[in-house]
Amino acid sequence: MSRTALTGAQAGLVSCETCKLLTRPLHAEHVGHCPRCGATLEVRRVQSLQRTWALIIAAAICYIPANLLPVMVSNTFATSDAETIMGGVVFLYSSGSWPLALIVLVASVMVPLGKLLALAYLLVSVQRGMAVRHRERARLFRIVVFIGRWSMLDVFVATFTVALVQLQPLMSVLPGAGVLFFAAVVVLTMLAAESFDPRLIWDVANTANNMEKHDG
Amino acid sequence: MSEAPTALQPLIACQECDLLQRIPPLPVGGRARCARCGFALAARPTDPLELPLVLTLTALIVFVVANVMPLMDLSAVGRYASTTILGGARQMWLDDERITAMIVTFCAVIAPALYLLLMLTVLLAARRPPLPHWGGELLRWSLHMQPWAMYDVMLLGILVALIKIAELATVDPGVGMYAMGLLAVLLPAISVSFDAREVWKLVEWKHGDDCAAAAFGEENYAERGQ
Repeated sequence: MSRTALTGAQAGLVSCETCKLLTRPLHAEHVGHCPRCGATLEVRRVQSLQRTWALIIAAAICYIPANLLPVMVSNTFATSDAETIMGGVVFLYSSGSWPLALIVLVASVMVPLGKLLALAYLLVSVQRGMAVRHRERARLFRIVVFIGRWSMLDVFVATFTVALVQLQPLMSVLPGAGVLFFAAVVVLTMLAAESFDPRLIWDVANTANNMEKHDG
Repeated sequence: MSEAPTALQPLIACQECDLLQRIPPLPVGGRARCARCGFALAARPTDPLELPLVLTLTALIVFVVANVMPLMDLSAVGRYASTTILGGARQMWLDDERITAMIVTFCAVIAPALYLLLMLTVLLAARRPPLPHWGGELLRWSLHMQPWAMYDVMLLGILVALIKIAELATVDPGVGMYAMGLLAVLLPAISVSFDAREVWKLVEWKHGDDCAAAAFGEENYAERGQ
């Protein structure tokens, strides 16, 4: 390529996030609405870093009670048994279904934690103006978006166990306080991934390219 | 770049890295990736409007079945219980986990219902172009609902619940569960066979003619004329 690659922002063009139409706003300050679909146009998602930070901090706080409090409480004649997320994994493992235990461990414990760490890393790398590993970070972001919904698994497990095991007074299962926090972690991290603007990862690359061009 | 784009294909910016590029005409089944970040910019399915319409209609019927029929039946010591999707959310609500009940209802019923109904409306309206402007608005909402329709996750969740309960009682999967399995396949099939670009081509511009554009001094002029 003879010419350095150009981004929409550098060319003064705005891409509509809804219908992908590329337009040239009349005012650089006030970009307005997409003439085709009417969606509000943004050069970059508004306050992307602040919003994403706020959401992942909230999710990180909820992550603690989500793991410490029980998600389900099973009652039989005499006993009452509270089960946390990890307890559920151990139960599945000891009852012989280790593939399911592994799935629940990955979806409920590792995925939420991994998402928090990955998003925090992406935010820090953007804020520090990291100019390497753009492709890897873009891929990391895509993985975060893709796996996000799968942590909802344990919420559904709790919901349907509770709904089905209602054989009073023989046995019954009640939802524990942890399930709300757990659902909150999933929803908050999904919203965090939606508010992060992946173009910020590449904005540093654009400035770096231009600097090289000027230097050379 | 000050010169107007002259090539036949419109210029677009990659959604993930903002790089300006043109998508070449794709063969059927072809895919275009961003030259810099590798993001899937566009794909050309075989039949971008008819096939998703058929799939959406099928999915709506299956959706009704999945919500009406019991998901699973449980029997222990001569007692029986069964539950539906909404029954699960209802029990959560009764047990004072109201917010969780609402989240479950949203992911299990509201988001997929909205996604399917809005998609159906858009696809039906697209059969008689030009698609009125509200068609675009509906499409935008249905795309927003897509990640929250979690039948695949829910199916796995029910399987885990089944295995856990199997320790305590006899459980049989019901019709609703098979319907849910079908939905877990149909929903991704709709989005793969659908090409939003085809719909956007048919949508009437909000500020379509130049008079309208001139009247909106604050709004944008688009780079048209390709």
